[in-house]
Amino acid sequence: MTPLSRRQIAWRAAQDLPDGAYVNLGIGLPTLVSDYIPEGREVVFHSENGVLGLGPAPAPGEEDPDLINAGRGLVTIVPGGAIVHHNDAFLIIRGGHLDYSLLGAFQVSAAGDLANWATDDPTFPPGLGGAMDLAVGAKEVRVLIEHTTKDGRPRLVARCTYPLTAARCVKRIYTNLAVLDVTEAGFVVREMVAGLDAPALQRLTDAPLAFAPDCGVLKAPPLGERARG
Amino acid sequence: MIDKRVASLAEAVADVKDGSTVLCSGFGSVGEPVELIEALHAQGARDLVIVANNAGLGDTGLARLIGSGRVRKIICSFPRTADPHCFDEAYRAGKIELELVPQGTLSERIRAGGAGITAFYTRVSAGTDIAKGKEVRLFNGEPHVLEEAIRGDFAFIRAESADRWGNLVYRRAARNFNPVMACAAEVTVAQVARIVELGSIDPDHVHTPGIFVDRVVVVPRSPRA
Repeated sequence: MTPLSRRQIAWRAAQDLPDGAYVNLGIGLPTLVSDYIPEGREVVFHSENGVLGLGPAPAPGEEDPDLINAGRGLVTIVPGGAIVHHNDAFLIIRGGHLDYSLLGAFQVSAAGDLANWATDDPTFPPGLGGAMDLAVGAKEVRVLIEHTTKDGRPRLVARCTYPLTAARCVKRIYTNLAVLDVTEAGFVVREMVAGLDAPALQRLTDAPLAFAPDCGVLKAPPLGERARG
Repeated sequence: MIDKRVASLAEAVADVKDGSTVLCSGFGSVGEPVELIEALHAQGARDLVIVANNAGLGDTGLARLIGSGRVRKIICSFPRTADPHCFDEAYRAGKIELELVPQGTLSERIRAGGAGITAFYTRVSAGTDIAKGKEVRLFNGEPHVLEEAIRGDFAFIRAESADRWGNLVYRRAARNFNPVMACAAEVTVAQVARIVELGSIDPDHVHTPGIFVDRVVVVPRSPRA
């Protein structure tokens, strides 16, 4: 069994974004998604700091210190892009104008509850950023996440133990082991990596799993750690 | 004659009093009026309430103000940055009060402050720890949280160019909170990279009209930025 790399998780999530979609990428794993949009599709990426039409990282010498993404990384703006002020950047988010919000998470529950802003460590200052706005405002919220923590504890749970970002907001989850939908009946596995069986995936998940009748194999091409073009 | 230019950073921040609420723009350090905040540090006002998206990076600007104990409370969405050690030390020592606000709620509270709207309801944060203690009301069967407007005694903002009336133009993602904060304070002070002739900014291209701006001070861009 070979789990997907972080870049492969991002690649898999990118394949599901349709032509013409307006998408916000949360900090961390989701920011990798923009590197893997299939040829021929135009997807417009929105950044909470007021950029519509976020492009890839600049080539050496092309950096613009005034052009950053939500994670403060230097970016470019594509032809057709636009700059808006913060209130309009969040009007876009909160007013339901985004087709997808792709977010990272600490935990997701079988009801679609999302926890991604605070842990149980009192010395670690919490940080919201735009997560609560995105979780409530976008038409559809999808999460990219490692299936378990570094020490092997499930991140997909019956009930979140960390403070919630929003309740019942997540519709689809991409992990290094599986693609799952959140339904009224809980988690439904749509794809899982080859060499993993249902009982093994269930052992790594702290909530009951159902398996789609057409459950497929989760696979992604080999990807270098550097972004394409 | 209207001329909002002031000669120095020190003059621009001279009347900030102890206990003042200061809105500080910027997303990370992009659009942050670093030199105005440094001037406020030199001026010495204490017990400040700062409204900003972040809580300072490294040792300059907001980080210096927090690190030297001048900030009683910060209202922000994301105090963690690449190097938040000034905030982290103050936070762990219990020396700074943190009011954590979802970023869009923060922006909207400031907008409301500038627009004469006292409070508003939003679905954001309903059912979470952030909504604890706040009034919740059902609209369309869904819980909404009451959020109150924010106004500042001062707003410190940063723009690319200005004329003597205080009309401002921003550059790229350095626009961020600047136009919103400009409207929501008793005194709005803009640090700008350059002054241009009155009339040289096309009226269609003014981002913040001078009605919202009280003082303009020139801080040329350093070569690195």
